[in-house]
Amino acid sequence: MSAMVTRVKQKQIAQLISRGKRLDGRGLTDYREIKVEQGIIEKAEGSARVLLGKTEVMVGTKIETGEPFSDTPNEGVLTVNAELVPLASPTFEAGPPDENSIELARIVDRGIRESKAIDLGKLCIEPGKKVFVIFVDVYVLNHDGNLIDASALAALAALLNTKMPNYEVEEGEVKIKPGYIPLPIRRHPITVTFAKISDKLVVDPWLEEEQVMDARLSMALDDDGNICAIQKGGSGYFTPKQVLEAASIAKEKAEEIRKKLKW
Amino acid sequence: MSEKPEKLIDKKGLRLDGRKPDELRPIKLEVGVLSNADGSAYIEQGKNKILAAVYGPKELHPKHMALPDRMVLRCRYHMAPFSVQERKSPAPSRREIELSKVIREALEPSIFLEYYPRTGLDIFIEVLQADGSTRCASIVAAALALADAGVPMRDLVVACSAGKIDDTIILDLMDTEDKMGSADVPLALMPNLNAITLLQMDGTLTLEEFEKAVNLALEGCKKIYALQKEALKSKYVSVKEVEE
Repeated sequence: MSAMVTRVKQKQIAQLISRGKRLDGRGLTDYREIKVEQGIIEKAEGSARVLLGKTEVMVGTKIETGEPFSDTPNEGVLTVNAELVPLASPTFEAGPPDENSIELARIVDRGIRESKAIDLGKLCIEPGKKVFVIFVDVYVLNHDGNLIDASALAALAALLNTKMPNYEVEEGEVKIKPGYIPLPIRRHPITVTFAKISDKLVVDPWLEEEQVMDARLSMALDDDGNICAIQKGGSGYFTPKQVLEAASIAKEKAEEIRKKLKW
Repeated sequence: MSEKPEKLIDKKGLRLDGRKPDELRPIKLEVGVLSNADGSAYIEQGKNKILAAVYGPKELHPKHMALPDRMVLRCRYHMAPFSVQERKSPAPSRREIELSKVIREALEPSIFLEYYPRTGLDIFIEVLQADGSTRCASIVAAALALADAGVPMRDLVVACSAGKIDDTIILDLMDTEDKMGSADVPLALMPNLNAITLLQMDGTLTLEEFEKAVNLALEGCKKIYALQKEALKSKYVSVKEVEE
């Protein structure tokens, strides 16, 4: 599962954090440098690349038409998939998605879906029959920890960059007209991930911290500071107090990161 | 989902099944229900019917997965094709793969894995009928199955969901409330260590509502914990009576 971190380094990371410091010089609630680029893949309807320190994630969106789900006949369909591409880490292997990539995709999906970021009601072409299907494909290109936040941010940036085909319906037939319309984005969910190390909460863990952490907690927050998705991961635990502490730090951090996105 | 009720809470403040907002569904727990498994348990929570079985600690296959310093824990959460309204394909869905992972991670902190190096432990969960909050009910049953198997544990793990419907924070969501409500917060706890081992959420909650939901779920966990202990005792007390 993980590349090895020497025992000495593990100890060093844990001891520093217990004193409120980190090996790379950040404070406990500091993010690494974040860079967002949009519109980098011309053939995708939308795309973005996020650099979170050395972690690099690319997201491309594609739009097709398809059938709606039977319980939401008037809504477009959102599909999120994540690939842990083998070139991104010595621990990633080619093959069908494993539980880690499925979990990653589902966390990204939940943040977008539960915050109602996309106005799916506007993606209906013909109720019950034809809707737009949005594919969000998360492509991890370099793994240096905290894939969740990088992927969620890249997914949002790509959606904000997504152009929908301009269309009109003539006698039940969809006619694509020239030009594009932007995807109807209403909310901007930001996901903030914590690692618990030495019984302390650390924001944006990098790879070596992830290998030392007891547990992980990710929270997605919408523009109003409401929580819209949470996922605990890892084989440790959090106390109720730590969970609430994380929620209030996440609220601050999400706002800070949201400012970095342009829309 | 044939009927869509307009209101999930009526004028008297009662839910669709007549429960108060902070009320659990009726829970039935049974320990040691499968003769082949090393440990097993069955839970009924409302219409949820779930079986959990534990096999191990045992030799791990494939052997190269074994770890030199601890036991490997594996978990499979699976829903029967007939457990829901529309037949579910028996192949594991992405949801089931994710739930298998989070349930394993919810149980893992409770087990002394380091006592059994180079071995493996399988936890199998079969949802026979699903009616909301199945991951929580599964954890409750799986923890009992682990205890029944005699696996050394730091504490039992107990789980319960809280959520929000029609602006009210409620305990133990059933399927309709999960689908039509505005938030769902499943939570697992080791009560004696005050340790949250599973926490997920979807929906929208303010920080205040979230805190309220977490506290309500913790209360629910404590109530179910009492039932878990009762279930374990009743099995082993009855064994003793048979022997005498």
